[in-house]
Amino acid sequence: MWRQKNAYLCINMNEAVTEKLRVLAESAKYDVSCASSGTVRRNQSGGLGNTVGGMGICHSFTEDGRCISLLKIMLTNYCIYDCAYCINRRTNDIPRATLSVSELVELTIEFYRRNYIEGLFLSSGVVRNPDYTMERMVRVVKDLRTVHRFNGYIHLKSIPGCSEELIAEAGLYADRMSVNLEIPTEQNLKLLAPEKDHASVFAPMRYIQQGMLQSIEDRRKFRHTPRFVPAGQSTQMIVGVSPENDMQILTLSSALYKRSSMKRVYYSGFVPVNDYDKRLPTLTQAPLVRENRLYQADWLMRFYRFRADEIVDAQHPNLDIDIDPKLAWALRHPELFPVDVNTCDYLMLLRVPGIGVKSANLIVAARRYGRLNAEQLKKIGIVMKKAQYFITCRELPLLTVQEISPENVRKALSEPRKQKLLHNRQQLSLIFPD
Amino acid sequence: MNAVFFYDKTFDGLLSAVFQAYSTKRFPDRLLKVGDVAPMFIDERITVITDPDQAGRVWTGLLNKTDATVRNMLGYVWLSEISGSDELLFRYICKTFDSKHTVAWNFGDADVLELTKIARKVAHEALYIKQFVRFQKSADGIYVAPIHPEYNALPLTIAHFSDRFADQQWVIYDTKRKYGYYYNLHEAVEITLADDNNLLNGRLNDTAMDDDEKLFQQLWKSYFKAMAIKERLNPRLHRHNMPTRFWRYLTEKRI
Ligand code: SF4
Repeated sequence: MWRQKNAYLCINMNEAVTEKLRVLAESAKYDVSCASSGTVRRNQSGGLGNTVGGMGICHSFTEDGRCISLLKIMLTNYCIYDCAYCINRRTNDIPRATLSVSELVELTIEFYRRNYIEGLFLSSGVVRNPDYTMERMVRVVKDLRTVHRFNGYIHLKSIPGCSEELIAEAGLYADRMSVNLEIPTEQNLKLLAPEKDHASVFAPMRYIQQGMLQSIEDRRKFRHTPRFVPAGQSTQMIVGVSPENDMQILTLSSALYKRSSMKRVYYSGFVPVNDYDKRLPTLTQAPLVRENRLYQADWLMRFYRFRADEIVDAQHPNLDIDIDPKLAWALRHPELFPVDVNTCDYLMLLRVPGIGVKSANLIVAARRYGRLNAEQLKKIGIVMKKAQYFITCRELPLLTVQEISPENVRKALSEPRKQKLLHNRQQLSLIFPD
Repeated sequence: MNAVFFYDKTFDGLLSAVFQAYSTKRFPDRLLKVGDVAPMFIDERITVITDPDQAGRVWTGLLNKTDATVRNMLGYVWLSEISGSDELLFRYICKTFDSKHTVAWNFGDADVLELTKIARKVAHEALYIKQFVRFQKSADGIYVAPIHPEYNALPLTIAHFSDRFADQQWVIYDTKRKYGYYYNLHEAVEITLADDNNLLNGRLNDTAMDDDEKLFQQLWKSYFKAMAIKERLNPRLHRHNMPTRFWRYLTEKRI
């Protein structure tokens, strides 16, 4: 079967495809969500591919440090819409290209066979109308699954405003679907993307949620009911393109996470494009630090059991740029510290700056064997530089936030601004709040 | 009283050494390979004969005292090939036998922590292999990938590759340790190549390559280049994620 395919390929995959691939990758790259996680799909009867559970595999990293795990590409970057923040908007004079369904299928499979990728992340500009576009995208994923028995990961970005039927079909083949919110408030969305509104985003999100719940329900009764979007859905907000504050953003995220199907909310610092458009803010650089802080706050909500209103509130509607949100929270609540790591409960351990989920687990396991001292804590991996102000344990001089005062701890732990700009991307990936 | 055990540096040999230590009540301060020069001031030299039977009994003992995670870790640490890791394993196994409850979580103990850390490094090396293997399709239709891992982690990845690429023939070859696996559409078998020159520089010769291979390498490279956001270049993070020691065999990093 493969020999045949390749014969056909030789004619088809040529210089033109290289150029199309380049153009469409350029257009797709600003979409930040690359996580290919959440599904385990065993290879089925000698077909191609599987998806591994938990974290998907990053096969490469871009020179700006993002993970490449999926072939992230647009079916076409032609678009009838004119969203202010998007390079593909119809007013822009940029190279345009469209891949055919079969070209895209071949690219995915050939890349996959060489272990370049975990699967496909497909999005598209809107051509003719949302349903026409969505239908073509569905054809790609359907071909991959049914004709080529492809078991790799597929993320399909659903077109705002497309019909429920198309989502119902797409959900049978995709591991994850996403509908991007882009702008947190409807008023600003309408200002920047006049053709869109929140209804066109929330409706498909609801279809996906319902389809997923339905399929889970059905599978309880009939084991062979096909799975529907097994890895759930995600969405994205662009940060710094409209004036919403962090409280508005995080409150919205936490509401979105209340839906069981919503697995990730992504925050994308607005990379200045289309600077001719007067509706856009003038930025010299993407708000990377803020984006980073939002991810840290999101992390706190998902893994550290913080509520949005503990991280930001009316008095502090924006995240602190100089310190991470967990430290900021601790400094607002000095009355709760210091805690004794050898006795305090797990949830409180999680809230100590400098202690991450992993080290909290290790501490809880290890302290049953005896009291832990500072040296052992350091070896276990807690960040003493931060934690020292918030814990008591053997052999630690008592210089906690109580003795030193929150202001001084803050001074000692603030990240110098200049360095922060340089290494910001590194922080994003390396230091989620401990 | 200092004692040195000499053994054959196999895993069975290590387990046999544990057996002997317990049956003779003599515990070694060092574990060396038969033929190694012993350090000075040694009171006792004992040569351990590898005995699969004894090794089996020690392993059965471990089955009773440990869970699968710990036994996996022991295997990982053995594959690390880090010098002294066999002595660490020896001490860890003794601690396991000597204590009433599992020692696995006692991270206050330096050996327990060290063992866990090495196991984690080897597991990460296996992940690196799963990430950075790049197959090139050869003229005879076999997908070939050379790798050069720091720890001997290739065996830990074979089940993954066999499941994922079940319908294509492939070879993954460790050019550092000069062995690899060939998957023949049914199972993966261990192989050694008489001549691996073709693999060493990381790229198949043009004649050995499938007709389309160059095209797909080209496509992948241009895709990789297009994905970088120029405004955000961060070489340090890039190298952290994708250590330079892997670049030799990474299609997208070759010029
Ligand atoms: S619809 Fe999508 S592709 Fe089209 S302009 Fe808006 S954001 Fe860009």
